[in-house]
Amino acid sequence: MKNQTSTIVAARTKRRRNSAITDTFQLLILGSGLIWLVLRGAAEMNYVWQWHRVPQYIYKVIDGELIFGPLIDGLLVTLEIGAYSIVLGLVIGLITAFLRLSDSYSGRLLATIYLELVRNTPLLIQLFVFYFVLGPIFEIDRFWVAVLCISFFEGSFAAEIIRGGILSVPKGQVEAGASLGLSRAATYRYITLPQALPIILPPLAGILVNLIKHSAIVSVIAVFDLTTSGLDIISETFMAFEIWITVASMYLVITISLSIVISRFERYMKRSTLAG
Amino acid sequence: MEQMISLKHVFKYFGEFRALNDVSLEVAAGERVVVCGPSGSGKSTMIRCINRLEEHDDGEIWVSGNQLTEDVKKLTEIRKDVGMVFQQFNLFPHLSVVDNLTLAPMKARGLSKSDATELAMTYLNRVHIPEQAAKYPGQLSGGQQQRVAIARSLCMQPKIMLFDEPTSALDPEMIKEVLDVMIELAEDGMTMIVVTHEMGFAKKAANKVVFMDQGEVVESAPTEQFFSQPESDRTKLFLSQILTH
Repeated sequence: MKNQTSTIVAARTKRRRNSAITDTFQLLILGSGLIWLVLRGAAEMNYVWQWHRVPQYIYKVIDGELIFGPLIDGLLVTLEIGAYSIVLGLVIGLITAFLRLSDSYSGRLLATIYLELVRNTPLLIQLFVFYFVLGPIFEIDRFWVAVLCISFFEGSFAAEIIRGGILSVPKGQVEAGASLGLSRAATYRYITLPQALPIILPPLAGILVNLIKHSAIVSVIAVFDLTTSGLDIISETFMAFEIWITVASMYLVITISLSIVISRFERYMKRSTLAG
Repeated sequence: MEQMISLKHVFKYFGEFRALNDVSLEVAAGERVVVCGPSGSGKSTMIRCINRLEEHDDGEIWVSGNQLTEDVKKLTEIRKDVGMVFQQFNLFPHLSVVDNLTLAPMKARGLSKSDATELAMTYLNRVHIPEQAAKYPGQLSGGQQQRVAIARSLCMQPKIMLFDEPTSALDPEMIKEVLDVMIELAEDGMTMIVVTHEMGFAKKAANKVVFMDQGEVVESAPTEQFFSQPESDRTKLFLSQILTH
């Protein structure tokens, strides 16, 4: 039995690989084909590439001093919004998941209303509601409007993932905790959540990557994030191709780094929890 | 003798189904009670009511002088005195054996890590597997896992131990090692309620045997009397069915 499963696993993981040379060759063809398509398209519309003008929007060196350009400023704002929203979104998700699982009727009702509202209305409209309605009432500035809106949006998706993870831990685990005299909070903290986390993490990684991408929407309320900076530069320079490609690659760098960090953490979790 | 557990006219329903029907039971300190009966007879439900993993619908349950109510704080306190061993072990798979044992003493009793570890090693010795302390539950055999589960409960130094079919999920060759540990525990004077089909264990370790059927206590008698001269026909039928093999 054990032998059988291990062969299946081996067969699955040790899929036949191309040699490195074939791989490189295929990549080169694919890459050059793509670049050729873009260049030819641009040539046909008589687009004048001005890549040499792009670096000044990223950084300048004046009198030997490094000065960040608007794209880096925008990137920092995007990172800031992302960082606050990830923390806040996870907190909202966790609280909502607990409310959905709680014995309190009003708690479950509140969580359900929030989830249905947020997941069934467009993010853009939510942003407008936050900006034009809640912002003035509670005197929140646009940066925090952006953070709050994105946190509540992504938090709703995180909530369901967290709830699913918690429910996947067998009931016997909670009963064992309770029978040992552990409080409900301690049971969650030391028994349920550590077992739910490895199940929650992979889909949660997708939510966090989405959060970074969705944050581009804050440009409509004029928060100076990466997208807004890009828009601004294009309206001055008309370098739509160069700037959008640059902006997209900057988003790519953030999201890929985030994915790598999370999968590292996942592997670490697996190693420490499933040592058996 | 002091009453450790006392059930008075307890009823429990699952929807329309009456799982416990006017169940009364008295267990004195140091007494070992074996509960047997066909599956679905309410044995497990009854002992799960004693530490309130199931809430009874009517009647009273008293555990070492405290009545079980909805008071959560009091319930947590009561549970510290009542250890439970499950059919499926329910060890924490993400924690090593020693961490399984020290978790509750540290987080519920407030022991220091070194005190809790010392306690854990004492009880791992008592269930004869101190050498497995650093392993994870998934690396142990079923019998070893169940002994770890017993040690985990003992680490809370309970006054009462409940066993819910502790050997039913085990391969036959591992049943003995678990029963041996339970017999040693009984010899040390622990108050125990054991739901089991192991009549050999009952004869060796129990003071009293309770036979349940369809949610009712059909017969409750001192061990010897239970096996030699059962009163009820249902008990006789049950005994003839499980003892003929």
